[in-house]
Amino acid sequence: MGLLSDPNRRRALTTLLTRLNTPLCVVCYLAGVAWFMGLAFQPFTLRTYMSENAMGSTMVEEHFPAGERALAMGREFSAHKKQAGGMPVDWLVKAMQAKGLEVFTQSFSRTLPFPDENKERYMVRGTNVYGILRAPRAPRTESLVFSAPCSPQGNDQAVGLLLGLAQYFRGQIYWAKDIIFLVNEHDLIGMQAWLEGYHHTNSTGMSWTPLHGRGGSIQAALTLELSSDVITSLDLVLEGLNGQLPNLDLANLFYAFCQKINVLCTIQGKLQRNDWDSVAGYSHAVQTMLLMVLKQASGRPWGDHGLFLRYHVEAATIRGINSFRQYKTDATTVGRLIEGMYRKLNNLLERLHQSYFFYLLPSLSHFVSIGYYMPAFGLLILIPLLRALDLWVQLEGAAPAAVDGLVDGEQPSSPGFLSVMTPVVISHLTGVALYTLPVLAQQAAVEHFPVSETEAVVLTAIAIYTAGLALPHNTHRVLSGQGTEEGWRVLKLVAVLYMAVLLACTALINFSLGFILALTLVPVAAFITPHVPRIPSALAMVLLSPACTLLFSVFVYQELQETPVSLLDGWSLFLSVISQGILDHNLYGSLVYPLISLLVYPCWLLLWNILFWK
Amino acid sequence: MAAPLTLVLIIAVTIRAILFRSSLAELLIERVEVVSPLNAWKRVVEGLALLDLGVSPYSGDVFHETPLIIYLFHFVIDYADIVFMVADGITAVALYLAVQDYNKNVFRKQKYALEGDRYPADCLELIRSPKEMYYIPLKVALFYLLNPFTIFSCVAKSTCGLNNAIVALFILSTIKGSALLSAIFLAVATYQSIYPLTLFVPALLYQLQRLYIPVSLYRTSFWLFTLQYASMYLGSLCVIVCLSFFLLNTWDFIPSVYGFILSVPDLTPNIGLFWYFFAEMFEHFRLFFICVFQINVFFYTIPLSVKLKEHPVFLMFMQIAIISIFKSYPTVGDISLYMAFLPVWNHLYRFLRNIFLVACVMLACSALFPVLWHLWIYAGSANSNFYYAITLLFNVGQILLVSDYFYAFLRREHHLTHGLYLKRKDGSEATLVLK
Repeated sequence: MGLLSDPNRRRALTTLLTRLNTPLCVVCYLAGVAWFMGLAFQPFTLRTYMSENAMGSTMVEEHFPAGERALAMGREFSAHKKQAGGMPVDWLVKAMQAKGLEVFTQSFSRTLPFPDENKERYMVRGTNVYGILRAPRAPRTESLVFSAPCSPQGNDQAVGLLLGLAQYFRGQIYWAKDIIFLVNEHDLIGMQAWLEGYHHTNSTGMSWTPLHGRGGSIQAALTLELSSDVITSLDLVLEGLNGQLPNLDLANLFYAFCQKINVLCTIQGKLQRNDWDSVAGYSHAVQTMLLMVLKQASGRPWGDHGLFLRYHVEAATIRGINSFRQYKTDATTVGRLIEGMYRKLNNLLERLHQSYFFYLLPSLSHFVSIGYYMPAFGLLILIPLLRALDLWVQLEGAAPAAVDGLVDGEQPSSPGFLSVMTPVVISHLTGVALYTLPVLAQQAAVEHFPVSETEAVVLTAIAIYTAGLALPHNTHRVLSGQGTEEGWRVLKLVAVLYMAVLLACTALINFSLGFILALTLVPVAAFITPHVPRIPSALAMVLLSPACTLLFSVFVYQELQETPVSLLDGWSLFLSVISQGILDHNLYGSLVYPLISLLVYPCWLLLWNILFWK
Repeated sequence: MAAPLTLVLIIAVTIRAILFRSSLAELLIERVEVVSPLNAWKRVVEGLALLDLGVSPYSGDVFHETPLIIYLFHFVIDYADIVFMVADGITAVALYLAVQDYNKNVFRKQKYALEGDRYPADCLELIRSPKEMYYIPLKVALFYLLNPFTIFSCVAKSTCGLNNAIVALFILSTIKGSALLSAIFLAVATYQSIYPLTLFVPALLYQLQRLYIPVSLYRTSFWLFTLQYASMYLGSLCVIVCLSFFLLNTWDFIPSVYGFILSVPDLTPNIGLFWYFFAEMFEHFRLFFICVFQINVFFYTIPLSVKLKEHPVFLMFMQIAIISIFKSYPTVGDISLYMAFLPVWNHLYRFLRNIFLVACVMLACSALFPVLWHLWIYAGSANSNFYYAITLLFNVGQILLVSDYFYAFLRREHHLTHGLYLKRKDGSEATLVLK
């Protein structure tokens, strides 16, 4: 309490903090970035280990023999799919019934707010088929899900393997949980319909027929994507909706079985390297981690598993990759791997909860837990707080009732409440416009301009975003005459605190998004005043604005994927990313678009306002 | 001054009426920060349904309101929205009138002191002017009605709003000097939630001061008035409790309301300090720690009333704040009541030391509550420790706020007697340190 009550010590501390404010901020920023980059360095990370006892020590043996038969079934499925021009419902129902499952179907339909040009769909109508293998060994209170999407391009092998595994699992007696084999159409939309039907919720206004059969509460789910008969490696996809991740034990389980069965496994499509002490090895780990951060920050589900996480179900997607490597793995081995994973999941006594939920993976064998990566963010978020403290002290100093209440003089008229509230309100109204107008105004835009609906939505969003830059600044002058020196300080104090709270909340829900936003917004917040040279600062601010952050992220992501794009391609990719973001929000309830448009963008506009304060 | 107050009331009612129709109401009605097991609207509805079926509403473990509340809503259930809005309005108007009267008193006392030359010469800048005091009552009403905490609490139909109204009426009648009404409202407030019991002391002190009876244990007049006030208080409490008995014809409500408040069986998370502690604790320590936690609320009355016996209204503020921090099922509605008093102490602003820190902490915590709740309950990735950490920080913030005001108040009083520019014995400038 000494520091809080002793005025002398407090004064010493505040003078220290205000005098060293700028160097402290710079040090914090550099330290934050350095800490983050250091996370990928192997000695600073922890080895992954299985925390869940039920999955760790017990031994299981894998005997799945029928890979070839599964592939044949996949080919049959493919033929029927071509014939039916979509999901071959009848054939699949019969096939599943022949394997001895209880089979049910669910049809769903959904009209997208605007056409999805990436996947070429607008009015979506489809059917999910699922079969339940009832547990012979236990009351049917828990279940596991194994799903394979039925997509127009390939993935037949996955469906074939699903059917093969269903047949094989049916013959085993040790299942203590129902196993649901699901083939969903239209990838995430079908998955969303099925999950909503299963859990009796309807959060996105989709129409679907109710499910007639269900197992117990779902404990875990795996999604398989295979598009060739043999594969070279298996890729694990963890990032789900809003950057949520499944329990780390699921990744550990996958890794453990890959090791056991001797399959090459990757994460973010990157193989693990053993030379962590070399520069190349370190940069490889950094790239892997950055890819994870970028994917997580996007807030979109990166596989069909992504929607399970919302329902408290641990889920991951396993994706078979066929590259030019010599060593190939056949379907039998993949089947054995999945059999093993399901047998271990079958042993679970409670939901996966022992291991971490907040982590970053620089490789499959090493992870960074929340306790290690949060300081990097904490250092960044310290900067707005230091700035706020500095501003507060300046404001206190400007008012004569200064340090410790012992200076006399008349209180000057404080900056009007209105002059601060006006920019805040106007920025937020711009944000609301950015959130609502693109989808609402697409009809009008299509009628008046030669663009498609999707382009209309994206271009309206960009137009409003740009118009926002011209609109709100200097609004305070209309109401309260000349802006005062104190006016902008108060406004900046509000903006900086607002940003700190906003980023802290974001980082708790989705660390990557919070960190990337902090990386670009914090410098802006730290340096901006009305007195800095206007044109270069305005340029810097625009370059560090949320939309440009997104643009940079697109380029960095492509670079890390080793598929660099030209500027023009990057731009079109940027446009499609925006439309996907809006669609993700409307279809699955992803929060990134509303967060950016309703909160982050107005916050940035407040700072923009300060730059043009007169 | 009536016009601005009316305007504020209209704005406040409009906001509430809009929010009652929005989807926010459904969301808020479930939020643990806004409603507690004690005052949740869903439980009131459940109790009413039981009552209509002819079952005692206290059978089962859902309903914990007092019989008077259930009978109130028995008649006005269709107008519940309006009742809650009216309750908020009453609170605001009562606080407005009370503060107006209190400020008049303060100003009069200050005038006598000035005429009697009792202030040191360099303290003139601490003297309060009518100009700055003019808008304080309005600010109080504004702070109460437009505080998001109050609005949330009202829209969630937490009966906390009704309790606040009763406490506000009690404050008003105390300050207006009506001993009987004050005792009655205090009894009703106590009957509603026990804790306002501690407000007995400030109310007594205020009325003694008003009647110029010195607080001295050797005076018969002091004892006479204390006895009179206490018997009015206990008498009305007795009447209300008996009335409740006759309404329902059972004593079930005593364990179900007061037992529930005191023994804290429901450990639903809230913004208070109890739930986590008692969820983690071994059963055989429970009784001991329940006593420790509950004594916390009542114990501070003694030192505070000794220290603040000249300033009963400030004491009242401190007590309300302490109740809302340490009570067993606090909600944001309780906080909004003591926050409404902050404008009254505007003149202490120059002596506040941690206001910036406290404001940041409270702001950040208010934003983090729903986020961590989401992570814990819906996403399943965080756990109760995260949420409790924020609860703890929020309460530390509140305690800092209250103690800061306490320090500032004492410091101003000190300066008013000893002069503003203190000198050490050797003549150098001195600073006051709280240790």
